Amino acid sequence: MPIYQIGPKRLVVGAHYGLKEWIIQRITAIVMVVFTVVLLVDYCITGSATYEGWAGLFSNQFMKLLTLVTFISLFYHAWIGIRDIWMDYIKPVSIRLTLQVFSVLYLVACAAYAVQILWKV
Amino acid sequence: MVDANQEVKSAKPVYRNIGLAQLVKYRLPWAGKVSILHRISGAVLFLMLPFILYIFDQSLASELSYQNFQAITGNVLVKIICLGLIWCFLHHFCAGIRYLLLDLEIGVEKHEANRSAIVVFCIGVALTAVVGLKLFGLY
Repeated sequence: MPIYQIGPKRLVVGAHYGLKEWIIQRITAIVMVVFTVVLLVDYCITGSATYEGWAGLFSNQFMKLLTLVTFISLFYHAWIGIRDIWMDYIKPVSIRLTLQVFSVLYLVACAAYAVQILWKV
Repeated sequence: MVDANQEVKSAKPVYRNIGLAQLVKYRLPWAGKVSILHRISGAVLFLMLPFILYIFDQSLASELSYQNFQAITGNVLVKIICLGLIWCFLHHFCAGIRYLLLDLEIGVEKHEANRSAIVVFCIGVALTAVVGLKLFGLY
């Protein structure tokens, strides 16, 4: 890290700042599109919706992992989006930081719930 | 010539740090409407995550919970909430694909971007109608 990016002279705006979040938001979006297509294709093949068919789909180890990867992508994607909303509309640092902390905790809890749901089947 | 230009300029309302009262009157272009709806739909989906995960859990956990899932989603009020979430998802999905294409510099021309914004909005509403008719058992 160059010396001018440390301490009070740290670069907080400008080119490349936020590029990581920008690209992660797009990659996670593509993961969710792929998952949506997989679900749609499955629905078109099986046709009717029964518990056996639905649970059978998610009892498959590959589908479990794909679903979890999609969920984690969703939560990371949501974090970037919600972070942008707090940064745009909430100016006082204390309130913004509090909201951001709660958003992260909320999403981590959702991720734990998602794991629990998937590995019960 | 300079005077004429200045007259045209002063005829337009100027917005700096737009306030709530002005915001209501402000007519956004279609791209702006799709953009703010993309943000709102994303926020709604974020807030409703526990509900969505709960419904998913009930549909998957066991035969018994599946019956519970069917009972919950059979309720008209829940169906309306689900339809709202389905619109949020579909609009967010379509508008997101529009942004991915814009990032690839596809359709960045002003009139193309305006047209694609209208198309995205209409596809979102149309697909919601298709799913909604299925949800309420009309086909």
